[in-house]
Order: sequence, then C-alpha cells, then structure tokens
Amino acid sequence: MRELFDRETVRRGSSGEWLAESWQAIDALGLTQALVKEADGGPGIDPADAADMLRLVGYWAVPLPLAEAMLGAGLLAQSGMAVAGGPMTLAPPHRTTVALEHRGDGWFADGHAARVPWGRCAATLLLIAAAADGPCLVALPAGLFTVKEGANLAGEPRDDVRFNTSLPATAVQPIGMTADDVHAAGAALRTVMTAGGVQRLLDLTLGFAAEHRQFGRPIAKFQAVQQNLAMLAGQAALCRAASDMAAQALFARDGRVAIAMAKARAGEAAALAAHLAHQVHGAIGFTEEYDLHLYSRRLLAWREEYGNEAEWNAIVGQACLDSADGAWALITRHGGFAR
Amino acid sequence: MTAFDFPYPVMTAEAEALRSEVRAFLDEELGALRAAGQYIGWTHADPEFSRKLGARGWIGMTWPKAYGGGERSATERYVAIEEMLAAGAPVGAHWTADRQVGPLLLGHGSEEQRRLLLPGIAAGTCYVAIGLSEPGVGSDLASVKARATPVDGGYRLSGTKIWTTNAHLSHYAVVLCRTDGEPADRHAGLSQLLVDLKAPGIEIRPIVDMTGAHSFNEVHFADVFIPEAMLIGTRGNGWVQVSGEMGSERSGPDRFLSSFAVVEALVRRTREEPTDERRAAVGRLVGHVAVLRRLSASIAEMIRNGEDPTVQGALVKDIGTALEQEIPEVARRLFAIEPSPLGEDPLAALVGSTLLASPSFTLRGGTREILRGIIARGLGVR
Ligand SMILES: Cc1cc2nc3c(=O)[nH]c(=O)nc-3n(C[C@H](O)[C@H](O)[C@H](O)COP(=O)(O)OP(=O)(O)OC[C@H]3O[C@@H](n4cnc5c(N)ncnc54)[C@H](O)[C@@H]3O)c2cc1C
Repeated sequence: MRELFDRETVRRGSSGEWLAESWQAIDALGLTQALVKEADGGPGIDPADAADMLRLVGYWAVPLPLAEAMLGAGLLAQSGMAVAGGPMTLAPPHRTTVALEHRGDGWFADGHAARVPWGRCAATLLLIAAAADGPCLVALPAGLFTVKEGANLAGEPRDDVRFNTSLPATAVQPIGMTADDVHAAGAALRTVMTAGGVQRLLDLTLGFAAEHRQFGRPIAKFQAVQQNLAMLAGQAALCRAASDMAAQALFARDGRVAIAMAKARAGEAAALAAHLAHQVHGAIGFTEEYDLHLYSRRLLAWREEYGNEAEWNAIVGQACLDSADGAWALITRHGGFAR
Repeated sequence: MTAFDFPYPVMTAEAEALRSEVRAFLDEELGALRAAGQYIGWTHADPEFSRKLGARGWIGMTWPKAYGGGERSATERYVAIEEMLAAGAPVGAHWTADRQVGPLLLGHGSEEQRRLLLPGIAAGTCYVAIGLSEPGVGSDLASVKARATPVDGGYRLSGTKIWTTNAHLSHYAVVLCRTDGEPADRHAGLSQLLVDLKAPGIEIRPIVDMTGAHSFNEVHFADVFIPEAMLIGTRGNGWVQVSGEMGSERSGPDRFLSSFAVVEALVRRTREEPTDERRAAVGRLVGHVAVLRRLSASIAEMIRNGEDPTVQGALVKDIGTALEQEIPEVARRLFAIEPSPLGEDPLAALVGSTLLASPSFTLRGGTREILRGIIARGLGVR
C-alpha cells in the first residue's frame, strides 16, 4: 500500500484524478474481494483482517473508493450477479431513491443517488433497492446514469447520479441485506478507515514535534505540547478500539448497535485528533503544501458519511430505552469482545 | 506506527456465566435501594457487603487457592468487578487490598506476609490502606519524607501520610518510606513496609472531604516499630515495586464507571420524558463507555499476558475520568434539575452527589497531568 500510494500519487488522486493504474494494482492484489464470503466464492478473510487492510486505506489516505468496492463486491457475490470489469462503486443506501418496475423480461429503474463516491469514474454503479419481495442489488453500467460532480470536505469525489433506464433481468438480483444493513456496514468501514487516519495524524504529529524547534529545542520537549500529544494518542487508541468493535460487528446478525457506538465514538475522537494535530503543527499544518490536511480533512468528512454522530447516537439511545435491563446490560450485550 | 498496543480483549463462556451470577446477586443486594432511586457507589466502604463478596469467592479471584484465592481467570475477575462497579456496589472496604495489595504481595511479598494477609483479604475481612501521599508530597512521590530507620529486628518508622483512604477501618497499610540514603537520592533508597495499624505510635486523624464524608485520613507514625519480616520485597526497591502497583491501580474499570449510575438514571428518565436530544445524548454517553470498556478489558488481557500496562492504564484513566466528570454535566443540560445530594428527585440527588465527588476523579490515583506525562513518556517524547 505504501509503495502504491507515495506522496505524489496520493496528491494526484486527492485532487480528483482517477488513479487507473493504482486501481488495477489494488484489484489485481485481490483487495477489492476481501469482503466476499467464502460461501460466495471469496477468499474467506475474517472481517477483522479485511479491516486491517482498510485501516491502511485510511492511514495512507488512499484516494480510491476501496471501501465501496469491497462492500459492493461482497454484495455482488451474494447476489450471484456478474458485471463487467473496471472500477465499481456503491451508492450510499440512505442517499438513494430507486423506483423499480418490471418491464417486459427486464426492469425499469428510475431514481437518483446522492454523494456517490467516485461515481464519475465507475464502470459499474451498485444500488440497493427495496423490491416488493425484499431488498435487491441493482447494477448500473456506466452510460446508463448521468453524473453531477460534487465533493466532500476533503475534496473526495462525491457525485450526484440520476438514472431513468431499462435494465435486463440479470441486472437486478435479491440480496440478504437491507439498505439499513448496508448503511451500517458502510459506517463500520468508515470507522475502520478513521482509525487508520487518526493513527497517521499521530505519527505525523509526533515526527513533527520531535523535529520542529522553537525556543532552542524541539517543541516535543514542552510540557504543554506533550499533553496535547498524549491526548492525541488517546484519541488514536479510542478510534482503534471503535474500529475493532465495528469490524467485529460487521455483517453480524445484530451488529447495528455496536457499529452505532463505534461510528459515533470514532467520529468525535477524530475531530479532536484533527484539532490537536493542527495545534501542534502550527501554521505549516494549515498550508496546502503540507500533507496534514490530506488526513485531517478526510477525517472530518468521513464523520458525515454513512451517518453522523447525531444519527448513530440516537440509535444507541433508542436501544437503551428499549433495553428493559438498562444501559449496562446493553453495553455488555453489544460491546462484546469475543472473536 | 506509534500506537500503543492494546491486545484484543477476550471474553469466555465461563466469564459470561459468572456475569449472570454476579448480576443476580447484585440485583438482590442492591435492587431495593436502586428501585428507591438510591445509589451507593464503589468508593463506599461496607464491611458486611465485603464479607458477602468474600464468601462468594469474588475477592482475590485470581489468586492461588493456597492463599484463599479462587484461581479464576483474569477475564472472570474483570467481568465480576465491572458488574460490581457498574451497579455501584459498595466495594470500598476491600477495594485497594483486592486491586493492588494482593498483586503486590503475590509479586514481591514473603510467604509469611502472604499467609498473614491474603486469606483475610479474600474473605472480605482484612482491609489495607495505601500510604503514599504526605503533606507536601503528592505527584512527586519520590520525595517522600517518611523514614524507617533500621534497628535491631526491624525498623522505626516516623512521618506522616495523608489522604489515606479508609485508614480508619483498615487493618494494615502499605507505607512507602525512605530506608536508605537522603531525599536527594530520589527513587533510590525507598522501601515499602507492611504496617499493622494497631501498632503503638500510630495516630489516625479523620479528614472530612467536600462531600461531607469521612473517607480519607491523616496518619502519623511516631517511632513505630516495624518487624523486619514486614518489609515488602527488597529494601531500597520500593520505587520499582510501587510503580508496578500503580499500574494495576490505574487501569481498572473503576476509572471510568464512577458516574455510570447517572447514565442509568438518565436512561430511566429519558424513557419517561423522551426527546430526540436526550436520546442522542444518552446514546453518546453509552457509546463512550462501551468503547472505553474495550480498552480497559484489553488492559486486563495485558496483565494476564504479563505485560506492563502502565502507559495504557494511564491513557484509559485519563480519558475515563474525563468522561466521569462530563456525565453529570450532560445530565443537567438535558433535564431541568437542581442537583443536590439531598434532593428528592432521584436524578437530582445522584447528579448532585456525583458532581460533588467529581473533582477527585482526576486527582486520586495520579492526576490527569501526571497521567499525560506518563503517556508522553510512552510516546518517546519525554
Ligand atoms: C479521593 C482521594 C483519595 C485518595 N486516596 C489516597 C490514598 O489512599 N493514599 C494515598 O497515598 N494518596 C491518596 N490520595 C492522594 C492522591 O494520590 C494525590 O492527590 C495525587 O497524587 C496528587 O497529589 P496532590 O494532591 O498533593 O497534588 P499535587 O501533586 O500538589 O498537584 C497539584 C496540581 O499540580 C499539578 N502538577 C503536579 N506536578 C506536576 C507536574 N510535574 N507537571 C504538571 N502538573 C503537575 C497536578 O496535576 C495538580 O493539578 C487520594 C486523593 C483523593 C482526591
């Protein structure tokens, strides 16, 4: 990952350029298949190990829709659908509206999806739709949807997509996950990426503090700076714990509450981490030229994707109200650690 | 990467079975109080409650059976104590003995000392206070002034310890003092003594805290004879021993669950008067606790693996105690209550007592600033 995503490559990708070669390399390594279950012909990687890879995506600020591709590949395998090769992305299920209708032997799909990661570059766009007899996956090849380009706070492409098109019967298949399930899975993956990003902030900031000098010594020698570094390390540890919690709950039958806790907690920690990292860096960290913002901006942006803290906290809160034996029992039921 | 290693915490079927057992016991013991909106808190000392726990084998759980322990797993101990703390069980009497004195004696104590104390501790009948702080000696512990002068057959201990929690109801105290060298020698020359608090020459004076409670004390030692056999570990090695002891002192769930009763009370109240804001605020606190618990359980795993949890413990305590202080503030933002320990409204009473106790959360067991210093050292910047 480190070799594929050197500074110059990450910067090119972060300015919106599609890194076709890097994508192919990643795809060839099989990373996009990491969440395909063994039963569906995948490598049978433990979600915790898949999460390790995705944490690196956060750590190196990989400017590709890898989380969406991984999740999408898992869904695709589950559905038994085959799609053409090339970049694939997944529309955020809670930002997607699809009206599906049987037409002739196939389907007619009408709708739109907002904030689609790298929608403009996708050869295949996957959507979750609710059909009469349950959720299904819809595969739209490029050309059948229009794209209005947009970006998140970090400048990562997040495009609005519209479609009004007939589809062959094979392009719509039932899957075992609802839009809510996929939304939660996306939240789990963003949590994992967040842990990687915060780890990177810590590493960059420690390195900077040890080298940068004021008053004749490295700023890391000042107690006030040390306290900021200690707090930053605390946020990294929290994000890592949240990431483990989310990865463990990924695809679990009632993993939603754990993911909710993890996504909200990591989002809050990431914001504090970004703030601390910038504080220690001083003005240089505020420049375009210095790399810190590649991470800090993504961390802030990812808080909003697949549900922000307010959304997930409310879900945990409701689960507490519904938990007849109280909040602690809820924590021990859902925050478990058994692998 | 520079992250601290937090090993993956484990949970076992035995531990989950124990959880149900402990929870049922606590429901029975504390259920009536809780229904009345009353909450005790883990720092509260209740010798009768300690004896009940001892009888069930829930003190000294991991210690060898030869010393009255239960030879149970670290995971089982973790589960039992987190259940007690979350329920606000009054474990204060035996808490320090179970948490740190037992492990200290198992690590450094003599056979005689172990036989003398551990069975009583495990039975919930023997309590041990911690004598570290002195007037003018707090964070800078290496500057302790209490002095034990070697004499025939032992030592003569003189000096004053302060903030000594539960000294008035403890049987022993572990006292950090200088046996060798001069104050300028700092860490070198310090030793730990196991002091029988009934020995002649000891005077224990109560100090009332700002909540109105008497839990800590000032303890004077006037030329108190301490038999040689009561030296813990190696003479002059006290600093190393006490540092290890503080690792176990700082890392447990007692460092983030002190205000948890407020969270439960908030859930109950929100159920009666739900709003979106309350739901989200309560969910947020619960998520914070759940994630910290994961880090805390991971430290239990480190201890089990024989790793040094000093830095990780400091990190969890720093974040955990900040959360403990935030919880009552969140409560009063959500509900129009006037916090008061004597209030009739159960939430107001609980928030009141928690608010009054909360300054101590980031002081006891090492201040926030000292903890962050430990973390910074762990990061290699100090
Ligand atoms: C409820 C309670 C129970 C306690 N129980 C016990 C007990 O049973 N046994 C026992 O021995 N002690 C006990 N203590 C004492 C506790 O360990 C001390 O309060 C603590 O170590 C801090 O010491 P201090 O209070 O003297 O404050 P000080 O060390 O004087 O600190 C005052 C302030 O200065 C800051 N400070 C000090 N040094 C530094 C530094 N190097 N860098 C940055 N900031 C610094 C501190 O963080 C703090 O904010 C208890 C305390 C409380 C509140």
